[in-house]
Amino acid sequence: MFSPRMKMADIISANHNVILLLPRFGIPLGFGDKAVYEVCASANVPVGFMLLVCNLYTFDDYMPSMEELSTVDMTPLVPYLKASHCYYTDERLPHIQSHIANITERMDSRTGSIFKQFYADFRREITAHFQSEEQNEFPRLCALQNGQRPKGLGKKVSSKSHSALVDTLDDITQIVYKYLPANTMPEETIELLFDILQLSSDIQKHALIEEKILDPYVSWLENGLLKEPTATSRPNNPKKERTAK
Amino acid sequence: MKPLTSVLIVEPSEIIVEGLRAILDDAGGYNILSPLHDVSLLEERLPVIRPDLLVVNPTLLGQNPRMQLAAIAAQHPKMKTAALVYQYVEPEVIVCFKHVVDIRSTRSALLSLLKTALNEPAEIHRNNDTVEDYELSDRETDVLVLVAKGLSSKEIADKLNISVHTVNSHRKNITHKTGIKSVAGLAVYAMIHNLME
Repeated sequence: MFSPRMKMADIISANHNVILLLPRFGIPLGFGDKAVYEVCASANVPVGFMLLVCNLYTFDDYMPSMEELSTVDMTPLVPYLKASHCYYTDERLPHIQSHIANITERMDSRTGSIFKQFYADFRREITAHFQSEEQNEFPRLCALQNGQRPKGLGKKVSSKSHSALVDTLDDITQIVYKYLPANTMPEETIELLFDILQLSSDIQKHALIEEKILDPYVSWLENGLLKEPTATSRPNNPKKERTAK
Repeated sequence: MKPLTSVLIVEPSEIIVEGLRAILDDAGGYNILSPLHDVSLLEERLPVIRPDLLVVNPTLLGQNPRMQLAAIAAQHPKMKTAALVYQYVEPEVIVCFKHVVDIRSTRSALLSLLKTALNEPAEIHRNNDTVEDYELSDRETDVLVLVAKGLSSKEIADKLNISVHTVNSHRKNITHKTGIKSVAGLAVYAMIHNLME
């Protein structure tokens, strides 16, 4: 497990995917041989939260306990999640779409347009999913963090909807390498595949953060504030979920 | 709802293609895919459109027609192939084909020859022993098309007069064979393979 006194560079050597997390925390590269706590201090990032995310990204069976979560400064949680959403919706999804546009241009138009539509639908679906979280769960969490008692019950981020999104990403890769006509821009097709695979594994980790940190943390805050025994035991509010889409 | 037999014609002459198309359309049960005028795009198109029957002008094949046909047959073991002949073809080329369609033959002789070709059992190739059977059965294809149309398992069960349990087991097999899990992905698979009307 990573700790505050480790070198930042050593964490990245252990798991290069941590590089993707740094911009989401506002941590610039060029940190030399500084320890994690020093790097975090100069970027004004609570080191406990930063390490929580790095550990979740790196150790598959890591499951932080509630005691552990309750000692961590969670103020960067919502900004971090929003920054991740932003990275997906503003950078990766358009980037992948431009690869797909290039590749499908060389295909017969029917197959090309079927595939383009498939991706466009997926992009719309995942963007709506992120928007719903930002418009519903995140403001509710901020209110709880500020000691307010939001009305009604919150809805937990559904792990089912995350796995459905990841399934669709897997389907996109399967269709690309198995069923699309070969020989149309092989190099760019391979780039596309790696981009999608990278996005898929990043989104799986992102889902873990929401399931292992966000959900238990929200429940914990609700327990403390609402003092209603049923408030956290009900899994979700289907009516709210429907209107959110 | 048995899908139509899909036929890919590879032939430069439009007159011949249209003539063959008219005869097959008249006979019914055939879906004539957009024809190719030469073999340059053949290998690329076959995995996508997966025709049941390939009708090819043997003069279009390259230097080594036997190898070329064997490679195609190994990759598409269920597809049947017939030569379409109306000019002189080297004997060593013509013997590579089990089925030869002569355009001077009568309509009924032509149709019965294609039927014979289609009813021939798929050849077993020595080099595919590690690959599981990934071709969808007719019933799985029926279920796939209905899934792609957005029907629930219950609706599919009612429509095909089978139990929901059987539908779900077909769905499991479809996902296992194609590697595709989402309904949207299965719809794309069905469209790319020309399974939707």
